[in-house]
Amino acid sequence: MSEPILSVRGLEAWYGRIQALFGLDFEVAAGGVTTLLGANGAGKTTTLRALSGMIQTSGDILLADTPIRGKATEDIVRLGVAHVPEGRGTFTAMTVEENLQLGAMTRRDTGGIAEDIDRIYDYFPRLAERRRQQAGTLSGGEQQMLAISRALMLRPRLMLLDEPSFGLAPLIVEELFAILRRLKDEQGLSMLVVEQNASMALDLADEAYLMETGKLIMSGPAQQIGSDENVRRAYLGY
Amino acid sequence: MDRSVASETPAKAAPPDRAETSNADLGIPAAWNRAALVLGLLIAVALPFVVKNFMIFQLTTVMIYAIAILGLNLLTGFNGQFSLGHSTFVAIGAYTTAILMEFAGVPFYWTVPAAGMVCFAFGFLFGFPALRLESIYLALATFALAVATPQILKSTPLAPWTGGVQGMVILKPEAPFGLPLNADQWMYFVTLGIGLALAVAAVNLINSRSGRAMKAIRDNPIAARAMGINISLYKTTAFGVSALYAGIAGSLSAVVVQFVAPDSFTFVLAIGLFVGLVIGGVGSIPGAIFGGLFLVFVPNIAEEVSKGLAGAVYGVILILVIYLMPSGAAGLVRLAALKVAAWRR
Amino acid sequence: MELFLHQVLAGLATGGIYACMALAIVMIYQAIHHLNLAQGEMAMFSTFIAWQLIEWGLPYWIAFFLTIAISFVAGIVIERTVFKPLHGAPVLAHIVIFIALFAILNSAAGFIWEFTIKTFPTPFGSRSLLGDGLISAHHAGMIGVTLVVLVLLFLFFRHTRIGLAMRAAAVNPESARLVGVRVGWMIALGWGMAAAIGAVAGMLIAPVVFLEPNMMLSILLYGFAGAVVGGLTSPGGAVVGGFTVGVIENLAGTFIPYVGQELKLTIALALIVVVLMFKPTGLFGTRLVTRV
Repeated sequence: MSEPILSVRGLEAWYGRIQALFGLDFEVAAGGVTTLLGANGAGKTTTLRALSGMIQTSGDILLADTPIRGKATEDIVRLGVAHVPEGRGTFTAMTVEENLQLGAMTRRDTGGIAEDIDRIYDYFPRLAERRRQQAGTLSGGEQQMLAISRALMLRPRLMLLDEPSFGLAPLIVEELFAILRRLKDEQGLSMLVVEQNASMALDLADEAYLMETGKLIMSGPAQQIGSDENVRRAYLGY
Repeated sequence: MDRSVASETPAKAAPPDRAETSNADLGIPAAWNRAALVLGLLIAVALPFVVKNFMIFQLTTVMIYAIAILGLNLLTGFNGQFSLGHSTFVAIGAYTTAILMEFAGVPFYWTVPAAGMVCFAFGFLFGFPALRLESIYLALATFALAVATPQILKSTPLAPWTGGVQGMVILKPEAPFGLPLNADQWMYFVTLGIGLALAVAAVNLINSRSGRAMKAIRDNPIAARAMGINISLYKTTAFGVSALYAGIAGSLSAVVVQFVAPDSFTFVLAIGLFVGLVIGGVGSIPGAIFGGLFLVFVPNIAEEVSKGLAGAVYGVILILVIYLMPSGAAGLVRLAALKVAAWRR
Repeated sequence: MELFLHQVLAGLATGGIYACMALAIVMIYQAIHHLNLAQGEMAMFSTFIAWQLIEWGLPYWIAFFLTIAISFVAGIVIERTVFKPLHGAPVLAHIVIFIALFAILNSAAGFIWEFTIKTFPTPFGSRSLLGDGLISAHHAGMIGVTLVVLVLLFLFFRHTRIGLAMRAAAVNPESARLVGVRVGWMIALGWGMAAAIGAVAGMLIAPVVFLEPNMMLSILLYGFAGAVVGGLTSPGGAVVGGFTVGVIENLAGTFIPYVGQELKLTIALALIVVVLMFKPTGLFGTRLVTRV
């Protein structure tokens, strides 16, 4: 197994006085995909928010060798962590292209940015058609693709994806995960994917962790977790 | 370094905008609330016998402001509608009293409910255009109303009734039944009585079915609509009730000051009431008294500190107060009581 | 008919003032999503600074640009010192702070420079251009500068990275952070720009209305009216709105019998309410398209 791009030790997080995460330990391998599974309210989104410095935390978070816990969100982003948030975080009043430009906010290489935008239009031809359109007018699936594209514009070292399948039709979900697989295989992009759609996520991931009420209750290779009848019935619901 | 702290704060549950959760829920013994209430009342009754007449006049003004702030609170704190124009309703109340006393010879006491009803009608009607306006736009429209009010009062067609720029002089009633009170003391008690009645009415309103509907609309209009609450009706009524409080305050002020004139009701008054609301505590009924105290006494303090820079001193005090108690005086008192309660346990 | 045209021209001339102020208002609204009640006082204070610089013997244009620079920095300082600590405070607290700023600036200007009326120079001259002194060279210059500022702003917001980042920070701060935008500084920058544009407005308006601490009171209100009529999200709309308010104010004053002159302001304000009733986002404002 290669060096981890992300390693988390004893992560705890709070919303005000209420503790939401209890001593999480997990890793994302460089070039690998890790998935966090669990029911609603298990703390999956909170974990991603903790990684991005959006809530109060304690513990250790290392991006490669750099400690990032306690840093401001924008500084963590500048270190190469792209977070595709719950609800997609689209800038609805701006055009598709402006959204992509925003994704490259931290970069200075105008030429590289233009190239990346072209590459993204390759991956997502539908975004190319709608480049001058207000992002708010896109369909749910298109907005999710835009959100992922926006994250890619950062040229991230690690991408955090919060329920990419949420609210999308099954066919769109398939398409989306196919693209994520391509990103993993072709670009070696490291990802931490939070999902309720366990079967899709396990298919894509190398490692999987199971969450319940703010704690990790099980971990292992994705295949193994996916093939365990009991785990599937008890926790994954399929 | 402080950047990281700043970025963490938004996620911490934002300090409660409105804190109307009853004190008992928060661990303040109910007996303390009752004790504070009784003590406050005793002080309120005793004060006019121990302080000078001018102080009595000032304290009466505090209560009048408090009544208007209470009305504003019903609208903003409990129904989520902004108003930077409540001076208009205070003006309408004051002029209703003045005109009824001057032209119809109606005794003052009867003009108070009349002023309330007239303002309720105006407020209710203004509530309709307000329905179409969202937060910032509503704030602007009401502010426009406040700015226009003195001009309208001065205008030629209304001048025969309003006295135009000159305004009107009113006589202060004497204490009835041979009570051993001078006119200032008597008006103090009249104001105290009316203020208490209105405060009790406000508490009852808020804890009623209608009050819950008002709060539901404030917190989530879409959900409120889905629960079958008639949003338009509640919002316009809230505007009417709020204006009613302001109108009664105006009616009382006309008599206490013995004078009404257009320039007493400029937008400065509207902004003052708004400041009083925020300083006292949005969504807190006792907070209105703090707001009134602030409006009456802080400008005097500022004046004492520096005559030339009184406005600047006032502004600085205002900023400091907001820093020290972002949820208003009521929030601060509640916090202090909680600390003491927790420490005693 | 001739009277009508006359009044329209006069309205356009005063409308230029409102357009200028409306532009400054929309500018800060785009950056911080608040209507800054103290904006007029900030502009007034800047204008006094310019006046002082000119009194000290600086040439007009040097004083002009120096004042813009000072105001820009002052705007940023105000945001960093007064508003940043209140980051999570409720909106109502922010409005109270605007009111406090208003009181402080107004009182301080009166204290430093006194409440007597002062004349302020115009770089454009005051000879008449059109309609017997209705539109003077200064009015034309003022309108011209407003339009230039408008174009510059448009280019800045549409075509620069910082402009894009500022828009993102204003509409969706959380997402903006997630793409690495330093939201706090974008807000401060918005304040700086608003203060600078306010300074331009103040310096252009002062030759017409004369300089004194209360000069901006009614102008701010008309500016708000213009901004709202045009739509708070549209700088161009704000400028058109400002002219519209000026013209309607003048026409109402002339043609509505009896009360027109006395209630000019009231009529202009009633206009805002009417426009808002039918077009809640103003004539040129855009409604955000959202999917639920």
